[in-house]
Amino acid sequence: MAGPAASGSAGTGYRSITGPLLLPTWVMIGIFLLLPVLLMTVYSFLTREFRGGVDWTFSLAAYDRFLLNRGLFGDEPPVLEWTYITIFWRSIWQAGLATLICLIVGFPTAWFIATRPAHSRALWLFMITVPYWVNLLIRTVSLRFLLRDQGPLNDALIGAGLLDSPLQIINTNLAVQLGLFYSYLPFMVLPVYAAVERYNFALSEAAADLYASRWTTLREIVLPVVRPGIIAGCILVFVPSLGAFLAPDLLGGAKTYMIGSLIEEQFKGSQGNWPFGAAVSVILMTLVLIVLMIYARAQGRAGAH
Amino acid sequence: MAGRRDIRRYPGFAAMTVLCLTILYVPLFVVMAYSFNASTSLTNWGGLSLRWYADLFTGVEAPRFRAAAWNSVSIATLAAAASTIIATAAAVAMVRGGRFRGKGATFALINLPLMVPEIVTAVATLIFFSVIGLATGYLTILIAHITFCIPFAYLPIAARLEGIEESCEQAARDLYATRAQAFRLILLPLLMPGIISGFLLAFIISLDDFIITNFVKGAGMETLPTAIFGSVKQGIKPNILALSTVMLTVSILFVTLSYFVNRLGQRSRA
Repeated sequence: MAGPAASGSAGTGYRSITGPLLLPTWVMIGIFLLLPVLLMTVYSFLTREFRGGVDWTFSLAAYDRFLLNRGLFGDEPPVLEWTYITIFWRSIWQAGLATLICLIVGFPTAWFIATRPAHSRALWLFMITVPYWVNLLIRTVSLRFLLRDQGPLNDALIGAGLLDSPLQIINTNLAVQLGLFYSYLPFMVLPVYAAVERYNFALSEAAADLYASRWTTLREIVLPVVRPGIIAGCILVFVPSLGAFLAPDLLGGAKTYMIGSLIEEQFKGSQGNWPFGAAVSVILMTLVLIVLMIYARAQGRAGAH
Repeated sequence: MAGRRDIRRYPGFAAMTVLCLTILYVPLFVVMAYSFNASTSLTNWGGLSLRWYADLFTGVEAPRFRAAAWNSVSIATLAAAASTIIATAAAVAMVRGGRFRGKGATFALINLPLMVPEIVTAVATLIFFSVIGLATGYLTILIAHITFCIPFAYLPIAARLEGIEESCEQAARDLYATRAQAFRLILLPLLMPGIISGFLLAFIISLDDFIITNFVKGAGMETLPTAIFGSVKQGIKPNILALSTVMLTVSILFVTLSYFVNRLGQRSRA
């Protein structure tokens, strides 16, 4: 070895071995995630076999089934199939509403934490994130336990004389939104907090000096400045909500059927349809990629200013 | 400043924070409380008791839960260990490797498990194993877990590494330490808080996973989340509340540990 650390910039000697260091990452994620996603895309264009498997012949049947209704025997003129579009639309709506609830609760929380004395902020943030690390299934089960018709919440409300008969919350849209909100709230609070923490409060000071009210200041000054944090939070809540499985499955009923359950059903038992499940997954993934690309462009534009 | 209003204060924001924390914690506390209920009924309070905890070890479902717990913990340990080692190597290359071809693509690859919706990862992984003819079971769960744990292990390790200056290692290298010696004696000890948090986060993420495991586990194989899900589908029973309480206590302990290790790390850096 000729003179270790000859030049200051290459001083730690890892430059020559970046390949071997990254090889395990490339192999694991490349072979066991990237390749499977590509394979799934191919799979969505294959023909379904009766025993739940596939026949390796090219077919558009899966996408055809998603979009078009050709009648019971497949010989009627195709009309637009609403079943699956409705499920997607409902999922987008539910995820969007959950995102909005997260924002309405999460923004004030993030603001409140960011305006605490520096030494206590870490503890507040910790308290917000702890539930996130509790098993998602257990959190969803807990919520289901609490909201049941004969559950503690209804008991308490009836006991307090506020209700005569149990309020049905479980199996409604509200329960699903509450579940999604409960699952992903920290994803909203953390990026918004990061943005508010960097916010220059002299701007609010200046606005106050010019006789702007508190809420005018919030609307005209604060929100535009912390917008990147809010958008990041919305993306981080919206994207996992869209493909959520546990909240709709355990808290919702037949009327709250979402994309996650639709996909899961295609891979269970002999009733399943793997190419169709793969096609729905491809459509979901495309939707998520579009959202992420819009986000990346918005961030890029914000960065250019 | 007297008479000026506090520009940082907004009426209702503190109340919203309290509401936020209430919604987050009440369901967990309610489950904890009811897990000590002596009654077989979920609705009536029958006095304080540990019977449902005993039931976890001796009840009808005990063998199933024990097997599931062993699978969960062993998979989480192995997956966290493997993904932490892989992520440490990757972080060293990404942070200390200077500029190299494909760095952007590698960064995207590391983050890919965070970008792809979980259910899509589950479907893709199942199809992949089915095509290559690998029977679903313990091994397929482990492989899937190592893969999606990598970014979670990577984030704290890379963040820690970015805060460590190169000067100590350079000094060691100038004094003829080999690259391996400089890594083992200088960088590794400094990096340890990041590695520990990375391991703990990967462990929790693996323990937490339901969707991907549910797809690639195969028949007869259970981890704790899939076993609980199976039970809950038939209705919530008191033993599930006890099991949930045990699991959420373990998770909270782990996160608290990770939090303090991190703070210790920050203090030692300052």
